[in-house]
Amino acid sequence: MLALSGNWTQGQHPARFNSVEPELARRHLAQLTTDGAALGDWDSMLMGFLLQCHDYCRAQKIVFATRNMPHGIEQLLAVATAVAARPADAQQTKSWLAFLSPGTLVRDLWGDLQESLAFTGEVTVALARLVRGKANTRFTDFRNFCYQAGPEAFAIISLTSVLVGMILAYLGAVQLKQFGAEIFVANLVVIGTLREMGVLMTAVVMAGRTGAAYAAQLGTMQTNEEIDAITTMGISPVEFLVLPRMLALIIIMPLLTIYANLLGIVGGGIVAGGMGISPIQYFQQGESALDFSHVAVGLIKAVVFATLIAVAGCRAGINSGRSSAAVGQAATNAVVTAIVYLIVADAAINILFQQLGI
Amino acid sequence: MNADTPTPYIEIRDVTMAYGSNVIQRDLNFTIHQGDIFVIMGGSGCGKSTLLKHMLGLIPPGSGDILYEGTSFFQSSAAEQGAMRQGWGITYQSGGLFSAMTLAENITLPLELYTSYTPAEITDIVAYKLALVGLAGYQSYYPSEISGGMQKRAALARAIALDPKILFFDEPSAGLDPISSRLLDELIVQIKESMGATVVMVTHELPSIFAIATNSVYLDNITRTMIAYGNPADLRDHSPQPVVRQFLTRSAAASIEDQP
Repeated sequence: MLALSGNWTQGQHPARFNSVEPELARRHLAQLTTDGAALGDWDSMLMGFLLQCHDYCRAQKIVFATRNMPHGIEQLLAVATAVAARPADAQQTKSWLAFLSPGTLVRDLWGDLQESLAFTGEVTVALARLVRGKANTRFTDFRNFCYQAGPEAFAIISLTSVLVGMILAYLGAVQLKQFGAEIFVANLVVIGTLREMGVLMTAVVMAGRTGAAYAAQLGTMQTNEEIDAITTMGISPVEFLVLPRMLALIIIMPLLTIYANLLGIVGGGIVAGGMGISPIQYFQQGESALDFSHVAVGLIKAVVFATLIAVAGCRAGINSGRSSAAVGQAATNAVVTAIVYLIVADAAINILFQQLGI
Repeated sequence: MNADTPTPYIEIRDVTMAYGSNVIQRDLNFTIHQGDIFVIMGGSGCGKSTLLKHMLGLIPPGSGDILYEGTSFFQSSAAEQGAMRQGWGITYQSGGLFSAMTLAENITLPLELYTSYTPAEITDIVAYKLALVGLAGYQSYYPSEISGGMQKRAALARAIALDPKILFFDEPSAGLDPISSRLLDELIVQIKESMGATVVMVTHELPSIFAIATNSVYLDNITRTMIAYGNPADLRDHSPQPVVRQFLTRSAAASIEDQP
């Protein structure tokens, strides 16, 4: 018999089951009766203790009984033990350092890549159906998407492009000054911005703004069973939801890139002015470096990057799980994969154009 | 089963449901007849909603097949699946209304896709469907602007937009007060009777089950298979399975663990 006494309430720190268990094990009981005659106040702590006694007795095939317990305790115990505890699974707990294992890394990347390829395939099929006029694409929201991706992004694009133009100019000026060739800062800024920095910075900002927004929108629709509803209506979610978003981004990105290029060149001019190059000199020199091919390279990249951002964002959203945590995960996933794609694609395009001599 | 067994309308054949290696239900075999109000019931977490997702073709089952009028859904081509789905109306547990569209646009969408009505005719039909579920005049509201009960009814209005042959409901009255829940039940019966549809419903609301169901299947959490099939009132009084009787009489399970 186990006699319980005193107050079992918060702050009293009565005995824990662990400290009683060795004693129980030593005695090889056939029956364990807990006696509550001397009990004072009690709360859930006592119930926790009794439940452990009950489970221990069941595991050891000991008869468990209670005596002189307040009425409430017996009732609560009956409720708590009505459904048998689920046998403990060998739960796979992930180690904190699991992400370092090369196996997991490769598997994750490979899984992402496979998913993306499959998704790109679906998008291509949907595009083909759209061209043939067979797709169920909802263009009602198209203007909204364009507005969200374009005009609403002006402020942040202005800031980043001017600053990146200035950074490019500083970087070049310091080096070129050593050769007395400061005036060529204009060439550096114009070519660097048009071919590379203008479009890349715009793409990074859009990945964070629009790519993540797409993932969150579609992820929430997944949670809300809207995507199920679309599917069972016989509509392809890719045609209905992904295409308008993707086309909006593909139309807006080149326009934003042109805007970013202009501001980047102006930003470079500000720095050049500070180094004693007059704006007229700067723009004349810049114009001499200006070539249509540089502009075209930037715009081609803009279209490619827009596609990649939309694919990364929409894929993450459509394949999202159905919980708030999963939607957050989808948004993160969208931005991370988009940026990886951007950098890889940028490198590939640069190598290609280098080889082609453009 | 009845002696005058009608032709099987929907047939669940040897279906096993599993998430990865974790089997939820196995060996499910039952048929749903035309005109039935069929209830899939069982305790929480027994896989009712997952079974419905299998029936809707959203997730292929671990194994087994689901046949509609003798045709397997999962072995049909995408075009045939689309054709089958045109005959279905579905309301989802969380409504599944398109949150970016107004109620009118939600109902207009299937009509635009699959019918040849003119826009003016569609406007009239939308008004009629909304009136059927007691939401006349709510055309321009967004789902987030109306209450949960109204969302359920709006979802029903969208589900019946195309006068479907089969109506699927996932927990239609969950989260509704008893009166709204009863009104929704009556609405389902009226719509079903007037359109001659078959209803498949996932629920564990006993009043709904007894009020409207004509046939049912009980999925058991512990043995992980179906342990009862038949009219719910019969099952309540005559089922050999104590768990089923307890479920249907809402009696506290004295000792669930003692079940075989």
